[in-house]
Amino acid sequence: MFVAGDTVRVKDEWPEAVGPVHIRTPWYVRGLEGQVVRCLGDFPNPEDLAFARPAERRPLYHVRFRKGAIWPEAKPDDELLVEIFGHWLERP
Amino acid sequence: MDKEAQRAHHDLGGASKFMCEPVDIEPHGLTAFDREVDALRQVLAVKKLGSVDELRRGIEAIPEADYHRLSYYQRWIRSITDNLLRHGVITEDELRAALESV
Amino acid sequence: MNILEADSDRLLAAVRSLLEKKGIVSTAEVQERMAVTDAASPGQGARMVAKAWVDPAYRALMLEDGTKAAESLGIMMRGMPPLGVLENTAELHNLVVCTLCSCYPRAVLGYPPFWYKSASFRARAVRDPRGLLASEWKTIVPDAVKVRVVDSTADYRWMVLPVRPVGTDGWDEARLAGIVREGDMIGVTVPGV
Repeated sequence: MFVAGDTVRVKDEWPEAVGPVHIRTPWYVRGLEGQVVRCLGDFPNPEDLAFARPAERRPLYHVRFRKGAIWPEAKPDDELLVEIFGHWLERP
Repeated sequence: MDKEAQRAHHDLGGASKFMCEPVDIEPHGLTAFDREVDALRQVLAVKKLGSVDELRRGIEAIPEADYHRLSYYQRWIRSITDNLLRHGVITEDELRAALESV
Repeated sequence: MNILEADSDRLLAAVRSLLEKKGIVSTAEVQERMAVTDAASPGQGARMVAKAWVDPAYRALMLEDGTKAAESLGIMMRGMPPLGVLENTAELHNLVVCTLCSCYPRAVLGYPPFWYKSASFRARAVRDPRGLLASEWKTIVPDAVKVRVVDSTADYRWMVLPVRPVGTDGWDEARLAGIVREGDMIGVTVPGV
């Protein structure tokens, strides 16, 4: 779905506001643009595993974000690297 | 930041309320309770009676005040028990009776 | 009262007795698991780091596939999440955190330390890593070095390969392994002599 170097945006979605969920996308990257560093492989979707439901395998990406884009006090060159499942990513 | 108001209580990255709180970097050995809970979770996972994801779900379901008050492995035993009840491995009646007798 | 709010020690004892009575989990199984878990320690990760410092082929393997690199030293990785290794350089300093829970490379470092699981470490590491490292560990990352915080959110576990300190020329692997601490492999400290 995505390859290294792609610019992606993390979906600005907040399913925890609706009902009980288990998600592995931290709040602070939602709605932000980052770069795919590499695909880490396919893993069963934890959002289903957490409720003992059958879980489809989904691609997991290592995505890099500029820290300054998240917290203005950060040193501009510093960065964050976060594992994010493909279904949380979209093309900006 | 508006966004932060929407974060779940376990989703702690950058949480403003902890930014000025010191980190206790002293070593704390695990207690017998801690090691037993840790081992029990692993045994149950091998038996397909609770994945690590289910453990996390159960921990995240603990209300915020308790989440921060309980120790790490106290959260775990709550979540493990929650999942055993969900899987029907034990029933609430059995658990109440067992709690009376320990 | 919600039954899950029972005292934790009693909850553990009650659950253990029910599982034992039902023949689901025996005391022997729990004790065996405890022994296996106790056996993992930062010494294992330290052996990997020391070997990477003296053996370029091993270093390349470690950065390519941490799980294989651990297995090649006899570290038990079966059933463990894949291990990724982050290399510190003269330009880059990595710091590992799990903001959502406490994901930690247990196979190679053992139980996560108390601080790693604390709310303040989880909160501060992603937002103010330089301030956190300086105030709590007296680790100063020079301005010219980029800080990369790795939030361990999903299926991998991450360890840091620190920079080999100056003044260790000619040291053998065992001696090098002796200076590598748990915190060096998470990125809160750097090894020194």
